[in-house]
Amino acid sequence: MILVLVETDDGGAAEVSRETMTFARGLGEEMVALVVGDGVPGLVDQLGEYGAARVLHADGDAFTSYAAAAWAAAVVAAAGEASVVMAAGTTRGNEVMAHVACRLGVAMAANVVAVDSTEPLVVSRQVLGGSALEEMRLGDAVAVLTVAGHACEARPADGGTSPVVQPLDVAVPDTDLRARVVRSEPGEPDESGSLKSARVVVGAGRGAGSADGFKDLLELTELLGGALGVSRVVTSLGWRPHHEQVGQTGSRISPDLYVACGISGAIQHWAGCQSAKTILAINTDPDAPMVTKAHYAVIGDLHEVVPAINEELRRRRG
Amino acid sequence: MADVLVCIKRVPDLGGEIRLTNDAMSVDDSSLGHTVSPHEECAVELAIQVAKDTDGRATVLTVGSSEAVEQLRNALALGCTGAVLVEADASAYGPADVATVIADVVRSQEQAGTTYDLVLLGSDASDTGDFQVGVRLSYLLDRPVVAGVSTLSVEGERVTARGSGPDGGTEIYDVPLPAVLTVMEGGIEPRYPSIPGRMKAKKVSIDEVTPAHQPAGTGRVRLKLPPAQPSEVTVLGEGADAAAAVVDLFEKLGVAR
Ligand SMILES: Cc1cc2nc3c(=O)[nH]c(=O)nc-3n(C[C@H](O)[C@H](O)[C@H](O)COP(=O)(O)OP(=O)(O)OC[C@H]3O[C@@H](n4cnc5c(N)ncnc54)[C@H](O)[C@@H]3O)c2cc1C
Ligand SMILES: Nc1ncnc2c1ncn2[C@@H]1O[C@H](COP(=O)(O)O)[C@@H](O)[C@H]1O
Repeated sequence: MILVLVETDDGGAAEVSRETMTFARGLGEEMVALVVGDGVPGLVDQLGEYGAARVLHADGDAFTSYAAAAWAAAVVAAAGEASVVMAAGTTRGNEVMAHVACRLGVAMAANVVAVDSTEPLVVSRQVLGGSALEEMRLGDAVAVLTVAGHACEARPADGGTSPVVQPLDVAVPDTDLRARVVRSEPGEPDESGSLKSARVVVGAGRGAGSADGFKDLLELTELLGGALGVSRVVTSLGWRPHHEQVGQTGSRISPDLYVACGISGAIQHWAGCQSAKTILAINTDPDAPMVTKAHYAVIGDLHEVVPAINEELRRRRG
Repeated sequence: MADVLVCIKRVPDLGGEIRLTNDAMSVDDSSLGHTVSPHEECAVELAIQVAKDTDGRATVLTVGSSEAVEQLRNALALGCTGAVLVEADASAYGPADVATVIADVVRSQEQAGTTYDLVLLGSDASDTGDFQVGVRLSYLLDRPVVAGVSTLSVEGERVTARGSGPDGGTEIYDVPLPAVLTVMEGGIEPRYPSIPGRMKAKKVSIDEVTPAHQPAGTGRVRLKLPPAQPSEVTVLGEGADAAAAVVDLFEKLGVAR
């Protein structure tokens, strides 16, 4: 049996969790889904569509607000005879599974993208911020892992199921509630959400020159109806806020077009923008990695090139 | 007065391209500089801020080779006042091994009279990305742990920590000390070292520890890189003259509106 911890959002099972269930089905064993806390309407049907044979539900006072240790207690209670226990490679997924691995006394593999062999179990997982893969052997009786976002596309199962929902009894000692969310505040409406979903991202790096060097870049962003993304140099110099950062420790983006201006293309930045369908680099250095890896490039000073592009866009619009 | 321990890992600063060693077991870092993860830079900054705010101390620790003294000195230059080098081959240590030797240091310090009220780590090491050492450490020390916090403040016997939740909002924790927290970049801007800071850092003596622990290992079989792509870049032009070709491209891609 394979146990999948499902995270939910307004739409039911979160997309990353649907990807994880799709991944789990590929292993060919019975899949059981675990839901913690309040369910959302339509969730059980959706889990059935994704092939869950059963749905376990842990509910009660311990789960009204998030506490990773309490969630881990639920996973361990649900694990039973499971050979693999998995969650999506989100902040929560990685946190809860690390707790689970401690409780079961086993190793954990974070951000797995593929199972290479089952006897012994060898998985491939993302390391170096997603720029390389590690083949890792998991030799324990139960394998604990998280599945990297976009490791596979979320696909409903052929001929879904109508899973039964079984309430799960979980004993949660007070020590598991020492670290618990006591309050939450809604996010700023536009923080990084628009960056991750934008069709066009205009990127800016050290080449912008200063906090005042973004006027033309922001105008281009607006003319293209896109979002601004920046390199870590830009955020660590305080030129722009961190939620605009693209890369290993920022957002992963996959727009139709990424216009990378004055960005060298360090591997940690590339990790965040490599899924863009088309990349146009604007850089003074024809040998910069961003230029050689891009589909298109303009060699030149962004402070000359970008205003000229803006003017041409305005001119053609009349 | 809070005593803070912050854990950092020396990793290669990769630049534009990764090369592996011949056995594909590690990154060939022979021609690379070294650094620590941005998450850990933020953890160091938070450790120093808590020490300042509470009149306490910030101690930096790494498990690694003697070369990792470079990263310890950098943290000292920023304002940490003590440093511990657990001398070991970090590549042979899995996250459970690292947690074990950090826990040993915390316990032996406790016996010597210093309790680290707060242990700060990065959410994930930038090379191995295991997302585990902090949580594993909390189990070994029987302390509460929160993963992925971006700001924090210590008030008496408790720490308030904030991190971003799955829906993009902020989640707030209020946790009793002693506690373990793992830090994610984004809440604060790490300071830069000053010249007097660098001078002072040179004089701090580094506490060297030889671990008694036999590492269980990482399970690594090998590393793999995506196949190298030959450059297929089309240069649209140079300078402002390229604007028309760029807008043609936008129109072709259907993004010019
Ligand atoms: C573990 C780790 C994680 C990291 N995570 C991230 C991350 O999430 N995101 C990220 O971005 N970085 C990250 N970094 C940092 C990364 O290694 C690079 O330092 C950073 O991406 C470089 O930013 P940059 O390209 O803006 O600056 P630089 O590397 O300095 O490049 C500037 C570029 O601009 C060009 N240029 C200069 N002036 C002009 C001009 N007037 N017009 C046009 N071009 C010009 C130059 O030719 C050069 O190519 C991380 C580093 C580590 C170690
Ligand atoms: N060799 C090490 N020495 C000191 N701290 C480490 C070491 N390895 C990992 N850590 C800490 O644990 C965090 C999480 O690492 P990991 O669980 O390996 O991804 C890192 O960000 C560091 O703060």
